[in-house]
Amino acid sequence: MTPLAGYLLVAALIFAIGLAGALTRRNAILVLIGIELMLNAANLNLIAFWRYGPHPEALTGMMFAIFSIAVAAAEAAVGLGLVIQVHRHAHSTDLDAMNRMKG
Amino acid sequence: MSYAFLFISALTVAGGVAAVALKNTVHCALALTVAFAGLALLFLDLDAQFAGFAQILVYIGAVAILVVFAILLTRGSETPKDGVYSKRWPIGLVVAAAVFSVLGWAILQSVPALPQNAQTPAVTVAQIGQALMTRYVLPLEIIAILLTAALIGAVIVAMHEKEEVK
Repeated sequence: MTPLAGYLLVAALIFAIGLAGALTRRNAILVLIGIELMLNAANLNLIAFWRYGPHPEALTGMMFAIFSIAVAAAEAAVGLGLVIQVHRHAHSTDLDAMNRMKG
Repeated sequence: MSYAFLFISALTVAGGVAAVALKNTVHCALALTVAFAGLALLFLDLDAQFAGFAQILVYIGAVAILVVFAILLTRGSETPKDGVYSKRWPIGLVVAAAVFSVLGWAILQSVPALPQNAQTPAVTVAQIGQALMTRYVLPLEIIAILLTAALIGAVIVAMHEKEEVK
């Protein structure tokens, strides 16, 4: 197994863990944690391809990962703001209990 | 496969599993921090120093703190009486296992199309700054606008609205 395949396997495992967390937990914050783990697994893939790709001095994968980190930070801020507002409205962060479009 | 890689990836995967499987939400946030730190170490292991330190600053410094704030503001640390897992959790687990098996199969089956770059890429932070200011200046400006809009939006969404503001 090449070093690149090792990193890709670790990234796939972290992605699957994040997906399992996002699909199985009831708490909305835990679902956001799962989504963050999936985004991080994608970043690991980008950095691994940058490191073992043919032209690392072009910095393509590195730039992609840096912008992806920035977008993930914005997503976390908006997502947690939404969770706080939903908790204020419904007094719960249980996703199984949220089954109405209009409160 | 170096021992450092095996150790760091085991730490990261253990942190990730704990972050999605523990019952207490605060413990989940702490395990998430461990997973983020492991990923930053993996970035450093891949000679991506800038991305590794950006990961530490953004994720451990900001996102993990934000998650802890959200947990405390929503009193999410109390374990609900009817379990922490959703009603249809076996389906989610099966979907995640299927995704991992497809990804792992694809990775292990594929052969590299290009020769793998074995030597360490010599990239300095100055080069990254140069690239951000020349070739990637438009994405940098767009991401600045996106971050500003997202943070203002987050504040407006989470703002406590008074009843019947006239």
